[in-house]
Amino acid sequence: MSSEIEVQESKMQGIKVKEADTQENSFTVSASPHIRCDESISKIMWNVNIALAPAAIFSIYYFGVPALINLIVGAASAVAFEYLVQKFRKKKITAFDGSAFLTGLLLAMCVSPTLPVYMIIAGSFVAIVIAKHSMGGLGYNIFNPAHIGRAALMVSWPVAMTTWTKMTTSVDVVSSATPLNILKQQGYSKLIETFGSNIELYKSMFIGTRNGSAGETSTILLIIGGIYLIYKGYIKWQVPVCMIGTVGIITWIFGPSGLFSGDPIFHMMAGGLIIGAFFMATDMVTAPITLKGQIIFAVGAGVITSLIRLIGGYPEGVCYSLLLMNAVTPLIDRFVKPKQFGARGE
Amino acid sequence: MLKSFLGGIHPKDSKKYTSDKAIELPPLPETVTIPMSQHIGAPCTPIVKVGDMVKKGQVIANSEAFMHSPIHASISGKVTSIAEMPHTSLVKCLSVVIKSDGLDEWVDGIPLERDWEKLEKKEVLDIIKNSGIVGMGGATFPTHVKLSPNKEVDTFIVNAAECEPYLTADYRMMIEYSDRIVTGVKIAMKTLGVSKGIIGIEDNKPEAVKAMKEAFKGTSVDIVALPTKYPQGAEKMLIKVLTSREVPSGGLPMDVGVVVQNVGTVIAIYDAVVNGIPIIQRVTTVSGDAIKEPKNLLLRIGTSFKEAISYCGGFSKTPEKLIMGGPMMGMAQFSLDVPVIKGVSGILALSKDAVNSGEESPCIRCGRCVEACPMGLIPSMLSILGERHKFKEAKEEYNLLNCIECGSCVYTCPAKRNIVQYIKYSKSQNLAMAQKK
Repeated sequence: MSSEIEVQESKMQGIKVKEADTQENSFTVSASPHIRCDESISKIMWNVNIALAPAAIFSIYYFGVPALINLIVGAASAVAFEYLVQKFRKKKITAFDGSAFLTGLLLAMCVSPTLPVYMIIAGSFVAIVIAKHSMGGLGYNIFNPAHIGRAALMVSWPVAMTTWTKMTTSVDVVSSATPLNILKQQGYSKLIETFGSNIELYKSMFIGTRNGSAGETSTILLIIGGIYLIYKGYIKWQVPVCMIGTVGIITWIFGPSGLFSGDPIFHMMAGGLIIGAFFMATDMVTAPITLKGQIIFAVGAGVITSLIRLIGGYPEGVCYSLLLMNAVTPLIDRFVKPKQFGARGE
Repeated sequence: MLKSFLGGIHPKDSKKYTSDKAIELPPLPETVTIPMSQHIGAPCTPIVKVGDMVKKGQVIANSEAFMHSPIHASISGKVTSIAEMPHTSLVKCLSVVIKSDGLDEWVDGIPLERDWEKLEKKEVLDIIKNSGIVGMGGATFPTHVKLSPNKEVDTFIVNAAECEPYLTADYRMMIEYSDRIVTGVKIAMKTLGVSKGIIGIEDNKPEAVKAMKEAFKGTSVDIVALPTKYPQGAEKMLIKVLTSREVPSGGLPMDVGVVVQNVGTVIAIYDAVVNGIPIIQRVTTVSGDAIKEPKNLLLRIGTSFKEAISYCGGFSKTPEKLIMGGPMMGMAQFSLDVPVIKGVSGILALSKDAVNSGEESPCIRCGRCVEACPMGLIPSMLSILGERHKFKEAKEEYNLLNCIECGSCVYTCPAKRNIVQYIKYSKSQNLAMAQKK
């Protein structure tokens, strides 16, 4: 039986058969269907990169040269590591399909813009070599590689990872902490005081003129990128809406001064929630495969993010919440299945 | 408002190549190769010998089995060989080769004129059986079996969706043969004893909808324009949309009181019952971007693909794939020498550009296949389980056997995975395991 299997598998790609009598025509013989849509993995991946571009460009404008260097090094080192791993393992080189580029770009966008370059390279090594390729490469990794890279940096260089330099181009914000840091350490009134007023706070969070990781600050540009992906059909709107909405509802209910005293508008735009909800909770490889499963995933990630922010030790919890939900993705997929056509007993 | 089925895809319909081309009658073939297996069920055994003279419409092969359908000579002439010949789905099959005498004479007694309304149900079924009628849409299930359900049925549906891209045979028949369809439907409904008849046509064929509405004016048959979405013509999806009934998993249409027949089959019923003409020819769309002049042809059974294509001017560019049927569920052919058999609704020659295959890579779990699957399966998982030889798990936990192999998942897969092939393979392995026990 095993030889039979091998024969069958050698045919999986279709075989070219030369016609015996005419010698003119040879036809490829393979299983149906014989037409395919024109989507491809690299098309999807590069489109996600394009969707991230507005926020990435904004970070260069806002944080300056260090951000530019980090973004380039992040993306380039990830591609380089993937190339080397595939070369070393004698696998087909797919380093240029946009997926490694995306991992590197996301990693650089999710850390402080002034993080030393060698740390970015180290994070990108962990992301690509350990989180992605030790699991088998694209499609087989359980955890989002960029977030594993970020988590590794967090435990390796905790100080550098939580150091936010004063911004050079903005006069509004004088603190060198992120808004969530201020909230965690000094409370909500100090946060409002720092920015001047609620409206000023929301405005900077919306536009992105605040401290934070390189690519996470501009709510509006990230949403524009996300809408592009929804329009292209690569991500489902339900995922970011459920994750961001869950955080909004929980942080509103459990506010600093009693029930329903929270500031959901601030929380929804703060930290890495927007980039996480649009670009990482929607990661195809590490999120559930059914829409129902994806919604459970998004709500779960929202709950964990809120828990970390409100009662955890860290000011921000998007990264860990997504990694924790990545871990339960196989479980979700096991139990949440689409409705069967013609299922008996209905 | 019709409620659509879940899933499905919207491939480019590519019907413009032939949709305005009237059905043409090519010159008589010099030889025909008629395989003994053109239907689901037991293959037939030849009842003619090499050297025999046969006439058009004469039975040349039959079987004792319940599930079978007799085979008729499609031209008059001399049997020159009975041997294993290339076949569209079996690679090789015992076939009767007839060399034309150029006279194209009917066997005695046909064509005739019969008043179908005076016939008993049993007589009609016998005529259909003896005329070799099978599902002409491509499934080739013997029609007499389908028209004698052993459960109560109340609805007869004509599958005129023709959801496969490129194919326009049913479309042209609806426009050109509408009168025969009307009587064919009446015969089928009377035989089944049902009063409700529905004709389901995808709404990308408004001309056909119009022609059918006109033809069926004053009858109890409803003409329904269905939303264009592949696989609208899959029997289970068609029934669901038209009647809101869901054929249970592993069940048949008759389990929900429905019998479905294809447009071509209904016309064949008319020809057989009213004129005594068995299946000796069929309408086939010869199309694809590699065909010089795509056409709809009325072809004799046993005509080689080569002859049909050369009548359409041959190839205009290098064909990458030669397909029997539609591009979604049709079978790739290795040779131009295969003959047109009863189930050949289309002959397609597609260039490399149209095929757009690409190299298979690992699943990235994007979920597009799950969204596209009309049966509510997880195709990506089935392909992975097939790849890892976990055939039993695929069957027991992921409902492998429910797959209708429509190919929507493969069409939409960005990783270009050959999901249907893994599924077919897993099904065959499960069958082999079951037989071993």
